Amino acid sequence: MSDNQNDKHQTDSQSCGCSQVDLEKRNFLIATSAVGALGCAAVAVPFVKSMTPSERAKAAGAPVEVDISKIEPGTVLTAEWRGQPVWIINRTEEMTAELSKHHDQLSDPNAEVSSQQPAYCKNEGRSIKPNIGVVVGICTHLGCSPTEKLKAGGDMGDGWQGGFFCPCHGSKFDLAGRVFKGSPAPVNLVVPPHKYLSENLLLIGVDTEDKA
Amino acid sequence: MKIVNRLRNTLLVLLTLPLLAIASEEARLDKAPIDASDYASLQRGAKTFVNYCLNCHSANYMRYNRLLEIGLTEKQIKENLLFTGEKVGDTMKVAMDKKDAKKWFGAAPPDLSVEVRARGADWVYSYMRGFYRDTTSPTGWGNCVFDPVYCKVSMPHVLYELQGEQALNHETHELKLVKPGLLSIEEYDTLVGDLTNFMAYMAEPAKQQRNQLGWFVLLFLGVLLVLTYRLKKAYWKEIH
Amino acid sequence: MTQETHSKQNKSTLSNALNCTLNWVDARFPLTSNIKAHLTEYYAPKNFNFWYFFGSLALLVLVLQILTGIFLTMHYKPDADLAFGSVEYIMRDVPWGWLIRYMHSTGASMFFVVVYLHMFRGIIYGSYRNPRELIWLFGVAIFLALMGEAFFGYLLPWGQMSYWGAQVIVNLFSTIPFIGPDVSEWLRGDYLVSDATLNRFFAFHVIALPLVLLGLVVAHLIALHEVGSNNPDGVEIKKLKDKKTGIPLDGIPFHPYYTVKDLVGVSAFLIVFTVIVFFAPEMGGYFLEANNFVPADPLKTPAHIAPVWYFTPYYSILRAVPPILNSQFPGVAAMGLSVVAFAFLPWLDKSPVKSIRYRGGLYKAWLAAFVVSFLVLGYLGTVPSNVWGQFGDWLSGADRATVVARFFTVVYFLFFALMPWYTAKDKTKPVPERVTG
Repeated sequence: MSDNQNDKHQTDSQSCGCSQVDLEKRNFLIATSAVGALGCAAVAVPFVKSMTPSERAKAAGAPVEVDISKIEPGTVLTAEWRGQPVWIINRTEEMTAELSKHHDQLSDPNAEVSSQQPAYCKNEGRSIKPNIGVVVGICTHLGCSPTEKLKAGGDMGDGWQGGFFCPCHGSKFDLAGRVFKGSPAPVNLVVPPHKYLSENLLLIGVDTEDKA
Repeated sequence: MKIVNRLRNTLLVLLTLPLLAIASEEARLDKAPIDASDYASLQRGAKTFVNYCLNCHSANYMRYNRLLEIGLTEKQIKENLLFTGEKVGDTMKVAMDKKDAKKWFGAAPPDLSVEVRARGADWVYSYMRGFYRDTTSPTGWGNCVFDPVYCKVSMPHVLYELQGEQALNHETHELKLVKPGLLSIEEYDTLVGDLTNFMAYMAEPAKQQRNQLGWFVLLFLGVLLVLTYRLKKAYWKEIH
Repeated sequence: MTQETHSKQNKSTLSNALNCTLNWVDARFPLTSNIKAHLTEYYAPKNFNFWYFFGSLALLVLVLQILTGIFLTMHYKPDADLAFGSVEYIMRDVPWGWLIRYMHSTGASMFFVVVYLHMFRGIIYGSYRNPRELIWLFGVAIFLALMGEAFFGYLLPWGQMSYWGAQVIVNLFSTIPFIGPDVSEWLRGDYLVSDATLNRFFAFHVIALPLVLLGLVVAHLIALHEVGSNNPDGVEIKKLKDKKTGIPLDGIPFHPYYTVKDLVGVSAFLIVFTVIVFFAPEMGGYFLEANNFVPADPLKTPAHIAPVWYFTPYYSILRAVPPILNSQFPGVAAMGLSVVAFAFLPWLDKSPVKSIRYRGGLYKAWLAAFVVSFLVLGYLGTVPSNVWGQFGDWLSGADRATVVARFFTVVYFLFFALMPWYTAKDKTKPVPERVTG
């Protein structure tokens, strides 16, 4: 190792001593490298961008209009947005009332984790209208689609107040898509951006504020 | 025996190729007024295309919302161009069934997305102005642009009401308007010109972007050429 | 003062670290020795001229084709029902897809431009002569693989020209006596060019032939670096070496001198490439043919079909040879021979000199005749055979273009066939000891 270092110092002092740095070479080397690197980076842009969603994918993933007037209270309608199931839950009055009664069993009862719902759904029903819940039906654990277990009790046991149960790893969610403590899923189900075009016409995929 | 037969068949194909290669007589074409930067013309053309062509011909590779590029708004597209139930992100499909179409016209109307790239803008422009009344043909129309030899055409004259009726002088091969339509000759030419302009745009929507970007790339490469040349000179000055 | 020593120290620690890493790698992989052998201590003649740009440019285009090809494969569908649409999908819906596709389609034609010029360089400076025969043979093999690659790739857009071009070329194999029809059926995997054909051509185009090409390119370069580069004077620079260092007197390290020079060539080439990609991607119908914007229709042949421009000289030869004993095979064989003939050059050339600079008029005249033949045949292959009308009764109304094509086909082959004779007889000039400017 020390031998090597000695060698190095010798060659260094040699090259510094006997020949002067060719400024012309150095300047054009730097300039060409810089411009060349810029060019390569610019060429990389279209190639990288070509892998982003195409116009076809965007059209297929465009916002979806859903008529919610036909959803009976106490039932769920599954719509498709960007290839994912979106549940539109019409909660009965009892169901809505129940939402505030089991906060102690939930990981995030007040929807504090901001990535899981738009700001306008940061409430215990995680919805714009108290009775209409809109959630993406994909478990936040590993991406299975949970099963509807809307009715209280039943095969879910006596304590069950209605919600969703993921068959893959047993995560449990309530009727606002909030995850129960002790589930493998870390956070609440996602509420997609949505807005009401009219009383009964729901648009999924578009925020109230921005466009898409 | 089978092999001999097949050999003979392929030979026939090969031998007739030069015959097929004898180009059909070219029709005289008029110059189409193409201007991709004239958005008003492109918009008028889009409307004509959707109203008249899209009933039978599809443009399966063209999305409605691409028309935002030529200055239309989403609202305008929805209100003026879309059929019921279509979304702005859809492509210009046609409702007519391909098999039905084949029955009615003898051949399914081709998709027009890239028609201008296949035929040329001048061809489309001349074709749409080249229909004349031919009582002997099944459709009642002839067109010497489509078929320079026999002037047969399987598509009826869809813009008939607008253009009126032309007649062919069989000696001079010239067309003359014999029954005026709703538009004057100049108005009709403008309409078809706009339509062709739109179809040329539709055949390659990225063309304008391509041409604009090209200049920047050339400018960049010009700089790179100068730099690399000077770099080479700097190194090669020591080679004698 | 202290600052300066500080930065110096920093610098030496950094270079030390690099040195250590390099030593570590070199103990396990011949990195430094390879860089030396192929770049910094590969001595190339110092008199390379314009014609010597095209080797590195061919490599550049190969890289471009592979890169753009990979990205096209992400969106293209090798399915007879979907292929045409997927290309338009790339042109419209895929972000920047049009650019990548045009780069690929332009790259295909530019590959042949560059390779033809590269081959021409080899011919005029005698780069195929002893001891470089194997370099040349690998090169001819690259050319053949490239033709295959281009042919298979041209079917993929599934337009009318794609379809009928493939139909005709696959049928060429069926003229081979006895086994021909079965061979072409086997190639197609069907009784006509179909989905099965498209699918397998896709496999050949995206993986089989690119692998062959890459392997051959490596072999081409290894052989080149074994014997050293030829030069416009055709003198062997290895004959005269510096007594002390053993470096050829007329040799300079490839890196940095030819790397910086090739960069100039690359920049200039990219300008031409850009002009085509951005302003004339169809190149007047020569790079992208109008009929290929019509989806393939097995029931309807287009009125005029011609191969893409880089195949037209050989296609002309095919058309020029009349059927013999009712068989088209002689034409097909002539076409095949016209391509393979290049491989025999090292053994046909009997001249004592390599470079055109020291050859006599006889050779130059034959070379000129060959170039003219190649160009005229190339042109005639793009047009119908009646393009120049017919002769009168005295030639029983034969197509003028066919007669001209026959004449130049004969010249084309005579260039090769008579080479042993005219190169031996040619009056050559004395070759200098050292390379000239």
